[in-house]
Amino acid sequence: MPWVLRGLREGVVTTPYPRRPDGYGESFRAAVSVHRQDAPAHGREIVELCPTGAIAIEDDTIFLHRDRCILCGRCVAADPARFAFEENPETATIGRRPLVVPPGDGDEEGLVRLRRDLARRVRAFRRSVHIRHVDAGSDGSEEWEVAALLNPVYDVQRLGIHFTASPRHADMLLVTGAGSVGMAGPLRRTYEAMPHPKVVIAAGVDAASGGLAHPTYATTGGVEAHLPVDVYVPGSPPSPFSLLHGILLAIGLVETGATR
Amino acid sequence: MTTAPRLLQVDADELASAVAGLVAEGARFAGLFATAGDDGATILRALVAHGGSLELLAAQLPPGRRHYPSLTPSIPAASWYEREIHDLFGVVPVDHPRLDPLVLPLVGTEPPFPRPGSGAEGGRVTLDCSPLPAHVTGEGLFTIPYGPVRSGVFEAVEYLVESYGEDIPHLRTRVHYKHRGIERRFSSLPAGDGVLLAERVEGTASVAHATAFCEALEGLAGVEPPPGAGLVRVVHAELERIACHLDSVIRHTEGAGQAVAYARLTLHKERLMRLRAQLCGHRFARGVVVPGGVSGPPLLGAAGALDGVERLEAAVAKDTHALMQTPSFLDRLRRTGLLPAEVAVPHGALGPVGRGSGVAGDVREARPYGRYRQLGFRPAETRAEGDALARQVVRLDEVASSFRLVRAALDELPRAAAGGRWREEVPVVDGIGLGSAEAPQGELVYLVEVSAGRLRRVKPRTASFHNLALLPQAFRGDILTDFVFIEASFGLSMAGAAG
Repeated sequence: MPWVLRGLREGVVTTPYPRRPDGYGESFRAAVSVHRQDAPAHGREIVELCPTGAIAIEDDTIFLHRDRCILCGRCVAADPARFAFEENPETATIGRRPLVVPPGDGDEEGLVRLRRDLARRVRAFRRSVHIRHVDAGSDGSEEWEVAALLNPVYDVQRLGIHFTASPRHADMLLVTGAGSVGMAGPLRRTYEAMPHPKVVIAAGVDAASGGLAHPTYATTGGVEAHLPVDVYVPGSPPSPFSLLHGILLAIGLVETGATR
Repeated sequence: MTTAPRLLQVDADELASAVAGLVAEGARFAGLFATAGDDGATILRALVAHGGSLELLAAQLPPGRRHYPSLTPSIPAASWYEREIHDLFGVVPVDHPRLDPLVLPLVGTEPPFPRPGSGAEGGRVTLDCSPLPAHVTGEGLFTIPYGPVRSGVFEAVEYLVESYGEDIPHLRTRVHYKHRGIERRFSSLPAGDGVLLAERVEGTASVAHATAFCEALEGLAGVEPPPGAGLVRVVHAELERIACHLDSVIRHTEGAGQAVAYARLTLHKERLMRLRAQLCGHRFARGVVVPGGVSGPPLLGAAGALDGVERLEAAVAKDTHALMQTPSFLDRLRRTGLLPAEVAVPHGALGPVGRGSGVAGDVREARPYGRYRQLGFRPAETRAEGDALARQVVRLDEVASSFRLVRAALDELPRAAAGGRWREEVPVVDGIGLGSAEAPQGELVYLVEVSAGRLRRVKPRTASFHNLALLPQAFRGDILTDFVFIEASFGLSMAGAAG
């Protein structure tokens, strides 16, 4: 059978997301949520159970830092009344603080300012965006998930999202990895080579906080140590749906993250 | 379960001749690592594969001594290992032919070396990232630095291509950009968390890494995972192999401009990743392999999983069969990236790279772990051609064989799991353990040293590191436009190579 017919045989395989939710996108673990915030008697144990220190107890109240959570599920197994996997892949956030769940009462004004500033910058993109990806010390799986955005299922070109080779053509910098010392220079130079306005996405917990790979003598604990980050996508690695959500969130094609 | 490795003590001055002696008798040099002692001593350990077993030759450098006779003049495959040790420990292999920095070009003559294995935590390092001077000089020659930020979504690595414009007489690789100091990170984790980090050493081969790490801990404790757990490990490890091999083929089709084949194969890969997530909740099967077994049975149940696997198998087989009959694709691969057996055999080339150049050897057969023996595993036939096409053929054979293994394991699972046990308790036992697994990239070995219940030193020896040293050898007679195929046909992970 000629290749052209092979390509047509299965019809449309592209996800309806973001127009409609995708059934598959909601069928696996995307984040951990806190269902009950009261700290148990064994509070310290729960905190120490987490290999990346993502669980914090403040004033007998539990908070989970999704920017550090690698979804190993230990807390879910140990205390299913308080912790649960969430299957909604819309996990990206503008700014880092909304990654702390449940949301505390903090600097609402700062967040609003952050969103407004980002919205103003991305207006020039006219809802189409060219992305430059840079690996700053990932484990290699993030690259697979980023590259998956180009397969026929996600097919991000349909949404005006394109990957570009030259930082000169890029509106958005998508950074993966824990911020290795060796990539500090190339990362900085790539960012500086991009025209204004520009947006930075930290993709994955490694890029957000260093994840499990941090601290060592050769990591810097994420992208923030090198560049101002606008959007964070948690996950280890983040699924293509979460990455797509992060990109759409940055350019204003979806409203906010982690709201449902 | 792996049997305890044979440990031999030799004098540091005798290490090179001892290893060379074993290699002359037919053993395969498989790696050289160092560990720091708290008192400033350094222990060198050479890993040698002898038939079906692994041997470790250890040599102690007393505190203050920072040199030993290099292995590289007699065993060229040791070159990268000695450069790595030089970077991390400041230990000099005397008479090494080219001791350039590899994973960590530290600034200064007496920098704080990371010295994994020592208790003291060092501060963050400063790297010398200045451009490399040209190695080859002559009229009309120029150097093309390619990377670390490359066109496309790739891991960070820098290739320095020295060329007249078309031919590539010389290629150098710099992997330090994404060095994360991951070996040092193991030592600061509780033994039980080690497996989580192992899954992130080479993220596309998470299952193989978790398995090899757990094999080492299980070997130390003398614990065997329940039979059902062994089968679940096979299912996930083989699905991981199929995903990695498909990824390599996808990069070939992309390079050759085979748009429909590219679209079809990326679709299959996506469906495979989805199937993996349906089986365990994670697209890379993280959290499945744990010390003593697995976290649980496939979430879909054996029958549901089998159904998904069979459909995928048929679809992949049809499209890869068509691809291997598409002349415009095959022409790009045939006689591209020749790695002759004369180079691959003495180096001990691993995985599909080795098998494409006539080097047999698959951990699943040589040192069967898990349930491979019971499932009747047969390794892929080796090829003699040594080109990108041969590596591709080996990969596609392995994809077919992996599908068969997954089906066989799922068939067997309901019987084997009758007891409902998925993991055994693994006490943390002091000692030095070796665990291995056949990762998609090739043989993976974990050296795990446990001391006072802590992970004192963990050294993953990845096939990516071992094989990447061979990449410059595969450019004889090839031109710049062949680069993408040569790189893709090696199918290596930079995270695994950089550490």
